[in-house]
Amino acid sequence: MDFSTAGILLLDGVTNGAVYGLLALATVLVFAVTRVIFIPQGEFVAYGALTLALLQLGKVPGTIWLLLVLAAVAALLDLVDAARRGLPPAAMARGLVRTLVAPVVVAAVTWWAAPLKLHLLAQSALTLAIVTLLGPLVYRLAYQRLADATVLVLLIVSVGVHFALTGLGLVFFGAEGFRNPSFWDARFSAGPLMLSGQTIFIFVAAIALIVGLWLFFGRTLRGKALRATAVNRLGARLMGISTSGAGKLSFGLAAFIGALSGLLIGPTTTIFYDSGFLIGLKGFVAAIFGGLASYPAAALGALLVGVLESFSSFYASAFKEVIVFTLIIPVLLWRSFQHGHDDEEEQ
Amino acid sequence: MKKNRILAAVAAAAIAALAPLPALADLTLGVSISLTGPTSALGIPTKNGIALWPKEIAGEKLNVIVLDDATDPTTAVKNTRKFINEDKVDLIVGSVATPVAAAMADVAAEGKTVQLMLSPVNLPEGRGAWSFRMPQSTAVMAIPIVEHWKKNGVKSYGFLGYADAYGEAWLTDIKPLAEKAGIKLVDVERFARSDTAVTGQALKLMQANPDAILVVASGSGAAMPHKGLVERGYPKAKIYQTHGAATMDLIRIGGADVDGSFVSSGPAVVAEKLPEGNASKALGMQFKSQFEAANGKGSANQFAAHAFDVILVLQKAVPIALKKGKPGTPEFRAALKDAFETMGRTPVSQGVLNWTATDHFGYTPETGVLLKVANGDWQVVP
Repeated sequence: MDFSTAGILLLDGVTNGAVYGLLALATVLVFAVTRVIFIPQGEFVAYGALTLALLQLGKVPGTIWLLLVLAAVAALLDLVDAARRGLPPAAMARGLVRTLVAPVVVAAVTWWAAPLKLHLLAQSALTLAIVTLLGPLVYRLAYQRLADATVLVLLIVSVGVHFALTGLGLVFFGAEGFRNPSFWDARFSAGPLMLSGQTIFIFVAAIALIVGLWLFFGRTLRGKALRATAVNRLGARLMGISTSGAGKLSFGLAAFIGALSGLLIGPTTTIFYDSGFLIGLKGFVAAIFGGLASYPAAALGALLVGVLESFSSFYASAFKEVIVFTLIIPVLLWRSFQHGHDDEEEQ
Repeated sequence: MKKNRILAAVAAAAIAALAPLPALADLTLGVSISLTGPTSALGIPTKNGIALWPKEIAGEKLNVIVLDDATDPTTAVKNTRKFINEDKVDLIVGSVATPVAAAMADVAAEGKTVQLMLSPVNLPEGRGAWSFRMPQSTAVMAIPIVEHWKKNGVKSYGFLGYADAYGEAWLTDIKPLAEKAGIKLVDVERFARSDTAVTGQALKLMQANPDAILVVASGSGAAMPHKGLVERGYPKAKIYQTHGAATMDLIRIGGADVDGSFVSSGPAVVAEKLPEGNASKALGMQFKSQFEAANGKGSANQFAAHAFDVILVLQKAVPIALKKGKPGTPEFRAALKDAFETMGRTPVSQGVLNWTATDHFGYTPETGVLLKVANGDWQVVP
């Protein structure tokens, strides 16, 4: 292999790694706050890319119906809860509005804007809004009642949510794949290396998001509340932090990151309704590097997964996936030798 | 007396309610195709084609049971067992995915029921005695590609294909054909349908520098590797795709990057562009107008055409088999197999079939057509 080939492969690997890194961050975030191993993370990627693809075609994406139905069910459950706790009607109405207003507004705007074929960036913003709102609703409906269950139970629920979302994806988007237009069509070449505008866009977005998350966790009250919940759920609750609020927030962030990743890779490959799973799984492998706890280690792991994938597709394309997923075994061994077995779970 | 009559009426009603099974004389087809999972893009148009099937064949009422196998061999085997043991079907159709259809073949043979595969499955000697293929064998579809290579002085080729049975079938079938023509295989690279990039594979192929590259993929998944090669600077006019990719999705997603590339295809999708005298022209046009009337313009593809052809072969074979037995009996099922093997040359919308006891692919060599993508549409390469 000569230098230029290695350069191209490295660039390709780092680009993919950046996307895996975002997903790894989301996985770590969700696990730290809610102890949910969030397998459906990848589905948000596919939902993001495909929602944008349908908007591009001038069609109303099916995801807004999902959004409305989930919001309605969540509102109904809230209402039942409130009635059981004997809250005054005014408080009930306030809760209802809080759950419903954002989804209804976003759905209405989408319904109005879809046939207009707005600018790509406006459609992307709309896509982000739709998918991000799905996150907290998924938490509310699938996980909130089980917040104190064991990690295993939460994992099983995750598998169920994954299958449900994949199936709904087939209904909403059909079996055919889509490829989105590039955000930036420019091409730069440095010797044999060719840098497309989209690649730069991916790097910029990934870095911006990481900095944004860093500021959010370091500087804002909400971010600090999330960190507190991650460190000690009971302690945080005693300090007046709502753990279910923290769960919803972390799922919202995860959905946002997933949708953004979908927008980023949508123009570089064909996305199918079920493409998200494998992409999310690679993010998960990267997150394992950080023991589902460390953000920098997860990001590093993601770059490693991306580069390894790229080089193995050159040397042994038939075994690419095998190589990437086998990577998890030595990492797990190394982690368990280093840390031993800590059992905070089974108290 | 009166009481007795009421009792009799109740008993009759109960018997009627308890017997939802089709009457014995009906012709029952069990269809197991992938409506969900990775090959749902192939299964869904097939289902749309099945929706247009007639109500009866050769005077026999047609019962069709369609089950989804989710592109999962285990589910498909379960469906097949249900067809044979519970529904007592006369014929099994499916599946659209190669590994799935292959798994069904053993069950069909065990139950002595003919299976019409909707995927070009290569089975080892001794397996698949009851399985006939509706799609063309990869060997037949490789002929127009290799012929085109010969004509244009191609001396070497690279292979970029799915890491599954479809990719494997193409590799094993095109290798001897190309070898005979003196065309060398210089590099074999694999990818998976769910892959997001083929950068590494494309680089390796570029280094081998073949005169042509064969991309083996299906449906809208065929565009990604194609674009990957073009992105690395490989000339578009030297890329060849297989009949799994001969759908409008390749053009829709590939856009300008597939313009000028070649695709091997069955005749049905380009029926109106075929030369007069092609045996499939009239049937192909009939299929297209019928299918597009129901599903919209530009919707016809080869998967739906195979569903159309199932009826064509049945219309020829069922009258022959009816002479030896009634539908729903083992004699009829065996007679159907004999009829398929002996009915001889049968033009269908996807070529000319000629099944024999030893050849269950049966398409004659003139079946394949080479298409060129030109300005977002297909062009038949003479």
